[in-house]
Amino acid sequence: MINFAQLGNDLYTGKRSIGFIRNRKRWYLISGVLTLIALVGLLVFKLNLGLEFTGGSEFRVAAGNQSTSSYESRATDAVHTVVATQDANVTKLGASTIRVQTEQLNDAQSADVRQALATEFKVPVTNVNANFIGPSWGASVSQQALRALIVFLVLTMIVMAIYFRTWKMALAALAAMIHDMVITVGIYALTGFEVSPATMIGFLTVLGYSLYDTVVVFDKVRENTQEAFAGKRVTYAQAVNQTVVRSINTTVVALLPTLAVLLVGFATIGPGTLLDLSLVLFIGMAVGAYSSIFIATPLLVTLRAKEPAVVALDKAAERYQQRHGAPTSHDIAPGVEHDDEGGVVTSDGDAAGDTGREKVATAVRTAAPARETHRYASSGPRNQPKRPPKSRR
Amino acid sequence: MAINPYKRKPLKVLATLAGIFVVLAGLLVGSNVWGSGSYAPKLGLDLEGGTQIVLQPKLVGDQKVTAEQLDQARGIIVQRIDSNGVSGAEVTTRGGENIVVSMPGEPSKQDEDAIRRSSQMQFRGVLAEAPGTNQPVPTGTTSGTTTGKPTGTATGSATGTPKPSATASASTTGAGSAVPQAFVRSTTPPPTPAATKPSGTATTSAPNTGSSAPKDPNDLAWITPEISQQFQALDCAKPGVLDGLVNDPKKPLVTCGDNGNKYVLGPVIVGGDQIKNAQAGYQPLSNGQPSSTVEIQLSFKGEGTKAYADASKRMVSLPTPQNQMAAVLDNQVIVAPYFQSAILDGNASITGSFTIESARDLANQLKFGALPISFTLQTREQISPTLGTEQLRMGVIAGLVGLLLVGIYSLIQYRALGLVTLASIAIAGILTYLTITILGWSHNYRLDMAGVTGLVVAIGVTADSFIVYFERIRDEVREGRPLRAAVETGWRRARRTILVADGVNFLAAVVLYFLASSGVRGFAFTLGLTTLIDILIVFLFTHPLVGLLAETKFFGGGHKWSGLSPERLGAKVSPRYVGRGRFAAPAVSMAKGGAR
Repeated sequence: MINFAQLGNDLYTGKRSIGFIRNRKRWYLISGVLTLIALVGLLVFKLNLGLEFTGGSEFRVAAGNQSTSSYESRATDAVHTVVATQDANVTKLGASTIRVQTEQLNDAQSADVRQALATEFKVPVTNVNANFIGPSWGASVSQQALRALIVFLVLTMIVMAIYFRTWKMALAALAAMIHDMVITVGIYALTGFEVSPATMIGFLTVLGYSLYDTVVVFDKVRENTQEAFAGKRVTYAQAVNQTVVRSINTTVVALLPTLAVLLVGFATIGPGTLLDLSLVLFIGMAVGAYSSIFIATPLLVTLRAKEPAVVALDKAAERYQQRHGAPTSHDIAPGVEHDDEGGVVTSDGDAAGDTGREKVATAVRTAAPARETHRYASSGPRNQPKRPPKSRR
Repeated sequence: MAINPYKRKPLKVLATLAGIFVVLAGLLVGSNVWGSGSYAPKLGLDLEGGTQIVLQPKLVGDQKVTAEQLDQARGIIVQRIDSNGVSGAEVTTRGGENIVVSMPGEPSKQDEDAIRRSSQMQFRGVLAEAPGTNQPVPTGTTSGTTTGKPTGTATGSATGTPKPSATASASTTGAGSAVPQAFVRSTTPPPTPAATKPSGTATTSAPNTGSSAPKDPNDLAWITPEISQQFQALDCAKPGVLDGLVNDPKKPLVTCGDNGNKYVLGPVIVGGDQIKNAQAGYQPLSNGQPSSTVEIQLSFKGEGTKAYADASKRMVSLPTPQNQMAAVLDNQVIVAPYFQSAILDGNASITGSFTIESARDLANQLKFGALPISFTLQTREQISPTLGTEQLRMGVIAGLVGLLLVGIYSLIQYRALGLVTLASIAIAGILTYLTITILGWSHNYRLDMAGVTGLVVAIGVTADSFIVYFERIRDEVREGRPLRAAVETGWRRARRTILVADGVNFLAAVVLYFLASSGVRGFAFTLGLTTLIDILIVFLFTHPLVGLLAETKFFGGGHKWSGLSPERLGAKVSPRYVGRGRFAAPAVSMAKGGAR
């Protein structure tokens, strides 16, 4: 188990750094390839839309006096004898009518399914009537949702541009979100999982989460870069690097419940709404977390790298670092008073097994060691000589 | 005992949260005791089943229902159902002619009617009015049959007095029930052109092609012999008398009113498609206080406003009953008030025999437009859940497992501080349960499978904000701040992050809720709800709790299991100014802890 506290400390102080900014070309390449695969999958394989979107066939079995126990599995089996891969949506209407909905079948299949259902429930074929049903999630619903989505994205972009005071953050966040959506939807196209309304809801959740996570990461970036601009000691990229621990923690915590749903769904009940939903959520949120750290943030750095202010900052920071050594947490971290002897001492003990006593306080960067407290300073103002009372004199 | 001043504020905030809880719990208990609430959240169609209603279009004659009509009707029905809350109903078409509505729970008869009613609203000028049942009116003059109506319209006068401008004047004699042949003959020429080419007449006055053609929708020349015969024959007391009525907006309409009178109405002046908004409420008295009369306030779109204004200007000077504007709903006159002055701003108000509930229903129906066809109920059946209890049970188990995982993870990461996470999530869970159950009662909010999964996912997102907060505190501790200061500074910074991130989520929820329909709306509702709860919990529970804990020896002293121990976090070690010109040496400050 990784000791995140330790890792966090190291990342925080700048002792260890993950090159997710430095190696950003690599991440771009990985994401680019993934997105391309997803897009190709989307175009070639198409999404496997459920009957809620496309409409389909409906069979109603008037079972009469025949037993309808375990009607769900029996009806599904009957459908499978005709079209093996066909999912069926089985419900009971009233006391003895069984409704079976499938994707649109052709006439021959439809007749076969009627026959199969009739045999299964021991009723004459005339008691099974077949019909076409229209979509419940029609094009108008999707259109409305799409319109709402565009309105929302435009609003979010405006809000983010105002809040972060740069449209580049908004742009980077948007890019990350589109990246997440394309990959998630692409995985659905590639694997051929059926897209049900529940999956659509899942896509929307992913989209919301992707933006949420990016905003959380960016807010930290905003703080750090503000400090960097004020302090002129760290480059823009270095300031951004510090955000990674929190991102890992938030991501893991957000993914855990989804993982639980996925595992429970997988282990116990098999395919169904629950599994569909947790799958899209898990994939989407994992991709969303990845993109917040590995795409959105580096992208921001790339976007801003050419800005005069950032160029100036990087130059100033470089000069400073040449004189004073590599940056320290003190330089990166926001909200700290900047006294000139900004040295940092890190406790480097193995925190997990830390007994507390054996902490080895090593000065990580000895460029500017911690100032020792003068013995007079620790005891307050120097005692002035007191004049003894007259009687003692 | 005096309370530590550092604890005063957190305690106050916690008390606020307790207050919210008491109010919500009270509401829940109240809804159960006095209302129709229940202690379990309402479940959606896929988990609980519900009722399936099959609607069959009501067709007159050899009318055929087209696919577009059916689709349009479906869309409007969806909107109507949506306006009643977030129930997650499913509306499909079947076999190219039926509409199948599956909704959770048991819709009442009224709900059902509200769904399938056509709700075709029209405004037509009144040309004639008479009591609804045909009394044995003798021949003769206009005298005998004045109704009880305050407007004092006489039966006879209605049919009998054509406008002077309309050709045949001779017919004045032909009052009463016996429509004389002379009248028929004399007016035969005009009706044909009038009936066939009135395209422009519906809104403004028609080009005056002949002296005999009706000039405007209020022209009595619309009353052709056929119309007047129809009018005579109409008996509003007979049930189902209006069933076969064909409503052509460009032609006059003979129909009955809610008050029992029958009417001849001119062509449509303003159609239902011109209604921009409709709202039910109590009519204000002259002093601004609401009266007990229920009214529906309508506002028209641009074109409708103009037509209504023109018509009212014209009609205000006409004699009764021609100065009356009838509001016709599904071929029946709801109310036919007369104009006291011209209405130019496009706002109309309808009063009638409404209760506030029926007025609200009607307002909703008007807002979303009329169905192109009306429907009858074909079948109504119970429908079983598609997913069943197994999936729900697994969903709940998954939620618990997820909670456990988050708990373990945060305990490892944050040691004792992880307990705060767990407590916060537990509180959030209770709050969610309370709001969902109450909303189920008040807004018919129903949890479907996607909703359940959404709530499980929300555990993670809620825990996210705690982590943002804890990481900030740790950052501050690393800077060498004593815990109390670290909590305050960390909170100020984390608060911004939490607010802006949740703000984006909430924005998504609001936009999707108002712009999208059906399933997406349910999602938006859940998202908005969990986001609000998240903010509420972080502000009213987690932060004050951490504030209180910072005062304890265990946390404030930076115990190594507290998750905030300066050593473990590799806190910056530097001398600290402790006042009166003194500095504390780093080692001392750590050993004693940073509480004071």
